[in-house]
Amino acid sequence: MSELGLEDRVRFEQLVLPHMDAAFNLARWLLRRRADAEDVSQEALLRACRFFRGFRGGDARAWLLQIVRNTCYTWLEKNHPMELSMEFDEEIHLQTCATPETLAIAGDDRERVILALETLPPRFREVLVLRELEGCSYKEIAAITSIPIGTVMSSLSRARRQLQFALAHSSHKEAVREV
Amino acid sequence: MKCNFANFWLQGYFDGELRGRRAAEFERHLQHCVHCAAELVNLDLLRGRLQLTELYEPAPASLRRKINAHLHPIAPTSAASQALLWHWLAALAAMLFIVIVLWKVSPGLRSDDYQAELAGEIVDAHLRSLQPGHMTGIASKDERVVKGWFDSKLKFALPVRDFAKTGFALNGGRLDLVEGRSVAVLVYEHNGRPINVFIWPTSDPDTSPRTGSRQGFQWIDWRKGRMEFCLVSDAAPAELELLHQLINSSG
Repeated sequence: MSELGLEDRVRFEQLVLPHMDAAFNLARWLLRRRADAEDVSQEALLRACRFFRGFRGGDARAWLLQIVRNTCYTWLEKNHPMELSMEFDEEIHLQTCATPETLAIAGDDRERVILALETLPPRFREVLVLRELEGCSYKEIAAITSIPIGTVMSSLSRARRQLQFALAHSSHKEAVREV
Repeated sequence: MKCNFANFWLQGYFDGELRGRRAAEFERHLQHCVHCAAELVNLDLLRGRLQLTELYEPAPASLRRKINAHLHPIAPTSAASQALLWHWLAALAAMLFIVIVLWKVSPGLRSDDYQAELAGEIVDAHLRSLQPGHMTGIASKDERVVKGWFDSKLKFALPVRDFAKTGFALNGGRLDLVEGRSVAVLVYEHNGRPINVFIWPTSDPDTSPRTGSRQGFQWIDWRKGRMEFCLVSDAAPAELELLHQLINSSG
């Protein structure tokens, strides 16, 4: 059922498919559930396939991740609109989301880090994932997320601060428990 | 204590995004700013912790399989196993059931927008059918053979007619998926151009034909006798109209 001709399909397989891990990983962290991430990244890859003739060369990973991101946000708008609307209220967020209690309940350090990252608003989560897990440059993050480079830098700053805050509080709680 | 100068550039410096003069400037600042020095250590600790946690989640094999299946569709072979055939028929029956239920429940959804979307899907399916290696169900010019093939697969009686004498030769048929539902497709040939006729059961009342074009293809859609028909081709509209009349009067 592929809509690509043979030549385009070979190019698609060479340029885009190597970034399937990146596509899934971004969707997994934006949507938090693996099952949702698989559905949405599949949809995004099929869209990429459909739109591939419009790809004018350049950074295929950034091009694909842009489609993945758009597909994820459309999905979030449809399924979890609250999550997108609450994101900029940092103060409220810090008080309500990553509470030390929820984080301290999580067993090992891995779970604590995952939970802390997942409690960040999607727009902070995505810059962290792109920077720390995907190793993207600011320029690439700007291209993928369609936000200016200055905003990438300030989002990263706030995202890291929130993550440090969440982790510090959970570690503190953990230390108290261990004593 | 906060350092306003650093808050912004600190991230860029940490990520190796500050170059030349700006980096040198920040390094000078760093020599006498305790806050920034401490913050850099914190950022480094955070990064180390994220890396240790191994958060990266690669794509599961199931996703890879689905994408590969999409890119390399396998044409059904005549040696398909009986079990597969039964699975397939069961899925088809379930799909038909859902289609019929949805059709009965939601006639109100069938607006003009819907019509345009449907036409888009059908044109997409037509385009897919033009791709080399596209799934073909049965290739035969014999209307009885084609009808027999469909009768073994469909729960409804499909009108199958050959119009070779009037220039529209029956070439075969197949099943396709349009908007997630399974539909029968009759393939005709006219002056060397393929014409696909999509047919599926409906509970809606008969309509006069509606026509349109999309991506350079013409389509005619109408309902008659609890069946919906949609012709698609890049043939001239008048020729499609002729086939429409042939099908309509033969049923």
